[in-house]
Amino acid sequence: MTKVVDRSPLTFYERTYLPAILEGIKVTARHFARTVQGQNTAKDLSGGYYPETPWKVSEGYRGAPYLVRDQEGATKCVSCQLCEFVCPPKAIKITPPGPDGQAADRANAEKMPREFEINMLRCIFCGLCQEVCPEEAIFLRNDYSLTGLSREEMVYNKEKLLGLGGVHAGVQKWKHKAEEARAQETFPVKV
Amino acid sequence: MPEPVASSHPITIDPTMSNAVTNAPAAPPPVEKVRVKVDGREIEVPKTMPDWQGKMQPTTMLQACKIAGVEVPHYCYHHKLPVAGNCRMCLVEFSTPMMDPATRKPVLNEDGSPKMARSVLPYEPQTPRGAIACATPISPGMEIHAASPATKQMREAVLESLLINHPLDCPICDQAGECKLQEYSVQHGQAASRFVEPKVHKPKAVDLGPRIMLDDERCILCTRCVRFTRDVAGDDALGIVNRGSYNTIASAPGRSFDNNYTLNTVDLCPVGALTSKDFRFKMRVWFLKETPSVCTSCATGCSVTVGSREGIVHRYEPRENDAVNGPWMCDSGRLNYRWIHRPDRLGKVLLRGAESDWTSAIAELAALLGSAPKGSVAFVASSRQTTEELWLVSRIARKLGALTDTVAREGEPDRLLVSADKNPNSQGARLTGVSFTEAGVTIPEIARGIDEGRIRTLVVLGEDVTKAGISSETLARVGNLVVSDILPNATTAAAHVLLPGCAHVEKRGTFINGKGRIQRFGKAIEPRGDARAEWEWLQELAVALGAVEPSRSIEGLFNRMASDVPALAGVEWARLGDLGVTVPV
Ligand code: SF4
Ligand code: SF4
Ligand code: SF4
Ligand code: SF4
Ligand code: FES
Repeated sequence: MTKVVDRSPLTFYERTYLPAILEGIKVTARHFARTVQGQNTAKDLSGGYYPETPWKVSEGYRGAPYLVRDQEGATKCVSCQLCEFVCPPKAIKITPPGPDGQAADRANAEKMPREFEINMLRCIFCGLCQEVCPEEAIFLRNDYSLTGLSREEMVYNKEKLLGLGGVHAGVQKWKHKAEEARAQETFPVKV
Repeated sequence: MPEPVASSHPITIDPTMSNAVTNAPAAPPPVEKVRVKVDGREIEVPKTMPDWQGKMQPTTMLQACKIAGVEVPHYCYHHKLPVAGNCRMCLVEFSTPMMDPATRKPVLNEDGSPKMARSVLPYEPQTPRGAIACATPISPGMEIHAASPATKQMREAVLESLLINHPLDCPICDQAGECKLQEYSVQHGQAASRFVEPKVHKPKAVDLGPRIMLDDERCILCTRCVRFTRDVAGDDALGIVNRGSYNTIASAPGRSFDNNYTLNTVDLCPVGALTSKDFRFKMRVWFLKETPSVCTSCATGCSVTVGSREGIVHRYEPRENDAVNGPWMCDSGRLNYRWIHRPDRLGKVLLRGAESDWTSAIAELAALLGSAPKGSVAFVASSRQTTEELWLVSRIARKLGALTDTVAREGEPDRLLVSADKNPNSQGARLTGVSFTEAGVTIPEIARGIDEGRIRTLVVLGEDVTKAGISSETLARVGNLVVSDILPNATTAAAHVLLPGCAHVEKRGTFINGKGRIQRFGKAIEPRGDARAEWEWLQELAVALGAVEPSRSIEGLFNRMASDVPALAGVEWARLGDLGVTVPV
């Protein structure tokens, strides 16, 4: 469905910038008035002031990207490196398993990353990694305020990402493929 | 690994590309032309064209489309393999001029143009009947409808059928990113499959041979691998077993698929059924930077593409060059790259054991060689060095009246590509005068000179001379041992001046193969540590000694060399292109 956006040229009055400035001053003034009266949006929503009382976000909020495990505790990521490719600020760095890497947690998924690092100083929480992931292995979770004392600390490794990401139950396609294959045990090849 | 059985069809080398000092093909003999139409555009194509062995055969619809610049999707067809016509991906609709059965004359439209008859099913004249473009010869006046609705439908149907039992393993499939099934599915396929039944499951991760992994579920049964190993490698090792949707590629019972050309089937396989164990799960192909290069494992000098990412070489792949290797290369050459990343690579300039830098090392060398009496210096260079480097060595040696030689390296040849000479640039050493026709004949003389005290300074480039006729005792008598190398060995351990060198993927230059083909190669990765391309410091040294005029780039250096070396007369860097130029040797 096409939505036509009105792009008519600015009027002379608009081009003076005054209306935009006045609009801005109005917002500031409103907040000023509310604060003077002892009201505050953040406090209303979370019951306190940030950072003592962290801002409560709703379920499905898209904050920092973390890796998730499936309902059986297996790493879902198969090291396809699509997220590494799509990530606009190049925050993701994956070390593939190579020919002699550790076998994947899920038998016939064949591989999983040897190392998976996200540089949270680079990440812009854009969500493209989650969108591109063919395995539903990476999700933007609720964390929005990440702090650390050094740059190195802000590079989250696979273990840390999996720990923070928790469990995300899904369709378990590799398991179903294996079950389907086992059900066809009559496969005739014996070479 | 066993040598492949003698092949009755060795690799076809384009005869027009081998002998001239140029890579412009000689004027082909006049061929009869045929006029056909592709997608409504009239073109003229030769009546016959070379087949996979270079024999002239009637031009096919696929070749005609290629000349017209129209790509016909195909799986089983490969221009250097016999035609099999089994995948049906190349089906196209076509029409031919209508003939009057009585008069045998073309039927004409009212405007005088020939009336065309679309090919249709004989029992169902309203349904178009396609033909496989890879195996159907053209006929005069034929029109190929490579983009008609019927052609599109046939492509969709073939792809839908190929995907019926396909596992869609793309996230874990090494072929993803260079997979023809992915590409054609996007270009010509349909978004959804109507197949709801469970897929047929076949063996996965089958160990087919020491270098090959097979995933039978991904195989589309194009038989390219079967034809390659039977008809090109001459090792009839693969075949299809079982019937119908249980069709499976397998090696002959009790046999391992282990000839020295197996990895070519990985390149040939249009899908991810055959994958390389060496490259398995190492890197996704879309990250690889591709640098045109040359294999250094023997004097054949196969054209290769180096795939690297962030300073790490991940694979070599053959690069098609009809004057050298066709589209193939041997497994041993392809896998000979791991040493580039060995942790013990030399990375420091050492002056008598102490860490130093290039400026002082070159200054010291220039002073040392500049003041050496005539005949007191000798060079042992390597035929693994580039032609430019060998030429600089020969110029410096000429200035100093020094003996030079290279080290011969012999091995087993085979019928296809592998040469007995294991040095990539023996011809370069010969043509620049660093070695005689037989490499290594001067080395005993150099050793005698050292023993008798005549030769006080020995410069060794990229060779371990203790294994090539100059014993460690003799080496210990050398007053000044200057060594440039990549990996440590007995000679580098004895060096007074040690200069870290570069692998060929870390610099630019040229090699001249056994048949006189000069090929240039590009720089894929940065050198390790303080290592510098040898031509850079050799040139600085040669300029300091007054042996050459400086050139600012490898291009300039090559052209200067070409005007100095008689055999290279008329060759220029710019004319080498990606495929190189042949000079008489
Ligand atoms: S959210 Fe965006 S920036 Fe952050 S890792 Fe994912 S793709 Fe990269
Ligand atoms: S997180 Fe998803 S997209 Fe990224 S490598 Fe793993 S499977 Fe691929
Ligand atoms: S062969 Fe191609 S389509 Fe099939 S799983 Fe591999 S990349 Fe995907
Ligand atoms: S393994 Fe690959 S090359 Fe061989 S038949 Fe199957 S798809 Fe074709
Ligand atoms: S390419 Fe396979 S049938 Fe023509």
